[in-house]
Order: sequence, then structure tokens, then C-alpha cells
Amino acid sequence: MAPRKKPPTPPLSFEKPIFELEARLGELEAQPDPTPATRDAIRNIRVEITRMRREIFMGLDAAETVLVARHPDRPQVLDYIELIFDEFVELHGDRAYRDDRSIKTGFAKLGEEKILFVGQHKGRNLDERTEYNYGMAHPEGYRKALGKMEIAARYGLPIVCFIDTPGAFPGIGAEERGQAYQIALNLREMARLNTPIVVVVIGEGGSGGALGIGIGDHIAVMQFAYYSVISPEGCAGILWKHARHKDKAARALRFTSKDLLEFGVIDEVIPEPLGGAHRDHRAAATVLKGSLVAAIRELKLIPRDQLVDRRYDKFRRMGVFEKTIKEGETV
Amino acid sequence: MATAKPDLESWQESTGKAKRGVPEGLWIRCQGCRSTVYRRSVEENLFICPECDHHFIVPGQIRIQQLLDPDSFEEWFADLRPADPLGFVDKMPYAERLKAEAKRTGMSEACVAGRGYMRGRPLVFALTDSNFIMGSMGSVVGEKLTRAVEAATEKKLPLVILSGSGGGARMHEGIYSLMQMAKVSAALGRFHDAGGLYISVLTHPTMGGVAASFASLGDLTLAEPKALIGFAGPRVVQATVNEKLPPGFQTSEFLLKHGFVDRIVHRHDLRSEIARIIDYCGR
Repeated sequence: MAPRKKPPTPPLSFEKPIFELEARLGELEAQPDPTPATRDAIRNIRVEITRMRREIFMGLDAAETVLVARHPDRPQVLDYIELIFDEFVELHGDRAYRDDRSIKTGFAKLGEEKILFVGQHKGRNLDERTEYNYGMAHPEGYRKALGKMEIAARYGLPIVCFIDTPGAFPGIGAEERGQAYQIALNLREMARLNTPIVVVVIGEGGSGGALGIGIGDHIAVMQFAYYSVISPEGCAGILWKHARHKDKAARALRFTSKDLLEFGVIDEVIPEPLGGAHRDHRAAATVLKGSLVAAIRELKLIPRDQLVDRRYDKFRRMGVFEKTIKEGETV
Repeated sequence: MATAKPDLESWQESTGKAKRGVPEGLWIRCQGCRSTVYRRSVEENLFICPECDHHFIVPGQIRIQQLLDPDSFEEWFADLRPADPLGFVDKMPYAERLKAEAKRTGMSEACVAGRGYMRGRPLVFALTDSNFIMGSMGSVVGEKLTRAVEAATEKKLPLVILSGSGGGARMHEGIYSLMQMAKVSAALGRFHDAGGLYISVLTHPTMGGVAASFASLGDLTLAEPKALIGFAGPRVVQATVNEKLPPGFQTSEFLLKHGFVDRIVHRHDLRSEIARIIDYCGR
């Protein structure tokens, strides 16, 4: 089969000024004998591009962040496996129904560290998306993930989970095979796996489908990823009665990495290269790798008999409520 | 046995209409058989249609009276009140919605928890009430349930949680609601390790993040007949797969058939069934 050349992805609306300047830069750099004035112009444009990227990406609102998190060129699990790990030994199957491709599991070498990797892959082209079901796992995917994680816990391997899913698959088979039950079981069991678990939301953190591999000791979210109780479209459909209100819903849900860190629900925001991870996979992977190595190093210092209690306390603290009975209250 | 065949449409209608438990008025229309029935005869029959056996949604306080021994229920954690950590506003501010729901239902939140006796057997009992913001789980629901589980662990009592949550994790509290799923499930893990008996009772409707956490984690799982139980809402599933949903999709009977429910129990028998399980498994 002849290799297909992928057409360039059009810029997101807020990326257009950057792309225009980059095109201009390309033209200038293509000139065979640049005059000193041209060289000055090139330098100025480079500075301007950097400034513009920073300004635009610092100011992204929640709805725009979703576009970056879902960007078709954004690095996904297969890219990161290539760029971060020195070795990946894939392990298949849930021992009950089938091998769910949406969740990839396997042994991996992270520098000196041997780990178990679990990650949701959405697919980078149509063939992959079909194979990986857009990163939407069935119960067997969550069962596979739990099974492999239990092996890791038994043999003392730290676990790294990458979350990137619009949600668990809402299909007939998924319901027949106990989507709700399997996710619930993963929550309960991951909470007591006696090995360090690092969780990173690399793109979309879609609700229960994300949480199903998301219980850990260190929870990180990539700068332009999001992690939410419901998709903005789903929320808009229910509360505003139409998905066209998704941008309003996105802003109301407060699910950007910055919000989540502020809420104390996550431990770390992993910075992305200027202009987003989709503009520079290698740079994104380098920072992500550094963060993983540091997190695992720190978690390994925690005595093993305290790890699970510490994880329990971490989730036990989550939630905001008031504790008052106001005078004269009739409720 | 019941004659009504719930399809997708009738469930949607019944969840919509049943928000106030049995609708106001002397006479009401049953969503199961469409016949007009005397309201009091439904209420006196444990909120079951005398014509067709349709199980209406039962308001939480009445459910407690139905299930537990008279005056045996001691409510715990009643002082917990919801907050609005996101400053969430959809068509109305969440803070106002909470006030309106409290006024309409007489409840401060969608969860009631405490200790009671069932046919003389002590237990920790909690329920989620779909009358209050669809029984959805925010921080208060998660916290009350977690405390209830922890109390059951500490006091070595059987735990019964009756779920009625069409709303799953509550959107208005964002990521905090999602994390309640993790919190309650982790507490159930400890309870499980300590050898506790947890009976989960699924009632109409139990969906989303509630189904995907504590409601599915019972050592034994009972369901009322023809309850809607599932992860994704039937409309979402239909829109995704673009094909006709199988008859009885996501009903209690469907879950039983596929292996996720131990027993379907008629509301008349719920007390005795739970008590019997406690006799087999409780300590």
C-alpha cells in the first residue's frame, strides 16, 4: 500500500494569527540572499511568534482548551509510548471476553524504572480510530486494565496510567457486559493496589470512563487537557437542552488544568510546549517523562505499608460542603 | 406479575413525571398501565399501582418508613449542606436551584443516611432520592455515604444502600462530583476488607456515576422490578449506536439476565428479603 500523505490540519481559529506569521516567516527564510533588513525582519517575526503563542495560549478559555485537548495532531498514547519509554511489552486481553484495543496495557521501561503502563488511545487516523474505538473502552477494557494492574501490584511495579477518552463507550454491548459494574470495581480495587500509581490526563478526561483508570497517588493533568464530570456537549444537552450551548457549559464546568489544581483535586499541571503539545510532540514528551520520573521517585520513598492509606486519605478529602444548621431553618 | 412493558418512551415519561413522587391530585394516571387510579390506594400500597404493579418512585422519607422498623431510624450527618464550589450557573444559579429543590422536596440533599432496624436487625441504612436534583451525587451525597460506610465498618453493622439516582454524578459540582465516586468506592473497599456485608438495592432510576460506583458494589445486589439501571442513558446509547435498543434494555430484568443483579424483589417483599440476607450473611 502506498503511504498516504496526511493533509496538514487547519489551524484552530485562535491559532490563525500564529499560522499567518509562520507563513510569512517561511517566505522570508526561503529568500536565497537575505539582506540585513530581511534578517532583521526574520528575527522580529520569530520574537513576535513566540510572544503571540504565549499570549494566545495563556488566555485560552475552557471551550478553546477543549479544542486543543481534542486536536487531531495532539500526541496520543502510541506517540508517547514511542517517545517516552525505552521498551514496551504489550499485554493483551481481559481473560473473559476479548482484548479491548481502546486501552493499551503493558510493561514499559521508563529510564531505569520498570513499570506497568495503562493508556487510552483514541487513534490518529480513521483506521486507528476504528480499531481503538476513539478511545472509548468497553467493560473488558477496564477489566483488562485492572487485571494487569493487579499483576503489577503483586510484583511491585509502579503503575503509570494515561487518560485520553471522551468517555466509556455508551453502547448496547457495553451495557450488557456491565460497564457500570466494571468501572465501579476498578475504582474500589485501584484504591487498594499496593504499588505507586501515577495518573496523567494527556488529552480528554471524560467522566467515569477516565476515572475508571484514574485512581492514583499522584494525579497530573497536561496544561491543555481537561478532566470533567461530563463532556461539555453532554452537559449542554441536559442543562441547556441543546448541545449548541457547549461553550457555555465548558466554562461553567471549570475543568481546565488550572481550575483543577486550584481546587486541589489534582497534584500537578504538566506544562506543554508553547502553542500546545500538538505543535511539538518531542518537547511535550520530554517534559511529561521528567514529571513521571520525578513522581515515581517520590512515591517510592513512601513506605509501602502507608501507601494505600495515604491514597485513601487523598480521595477522602475531596469534596466541598458546608456544615451548618442555620437558626430557624425549616429544612 | 406486572403486565406493563416499559419501553424507552415510557421510562422517560415516568422519570419526568415522577419527580414529585406520585403526582398531586386525588386521582393519578399510572405510567405503567395508563389507567387512572386513586392516589391514596397507590400510597397505601407502598406506592405501587394496584392495577398493574407499576412501582412509583417513593420519596425518601416514606421509603424509610416503609423499610425500617417504626421510629427506629436515627438520621446521621443531617447537618451537611451543599456548597457551590464552582459558582455554577446554567439556566439558573446552582445556589438557587438548591434552595428551590429544598423547598420543593423538604430535603436538604439527595441522600439520607443513618442507623435503623429492619425486623429487629440493626443496620446502617442510606438512600439516594431521585426527587432531589435527580438523586445526583455531589459532595454532600458522597460525604454522607462515605461516612455511613465508615460507620458501618467501625460498628461492624450490615450496610444497605438504596439507590434512586437518575442523575449520576452531579454536573453542577463538576470534578468534585466525579471524585465522590472514587471516595465512596474506596470506603466500600475498606468495608469489604473488614468483612462487612453490603446489600445494594437498585430502584428506578439508577444511572451514570451512581451506577458506576457504590450502587454496583454490593456483595448482594437486589433490584425493584422494571427499574431503569445502567451507565449511559438510553437516549445517549441510541444516538451512539443508531439502532433500535433491545426490548427491556437497561431494566432490572435485563441486568438480571446479564448477570449483574442477584434478585429482583417486589417492593412488598423488600423488607423480608433484606432481613433474610442479613440472617444468612450478617454477623
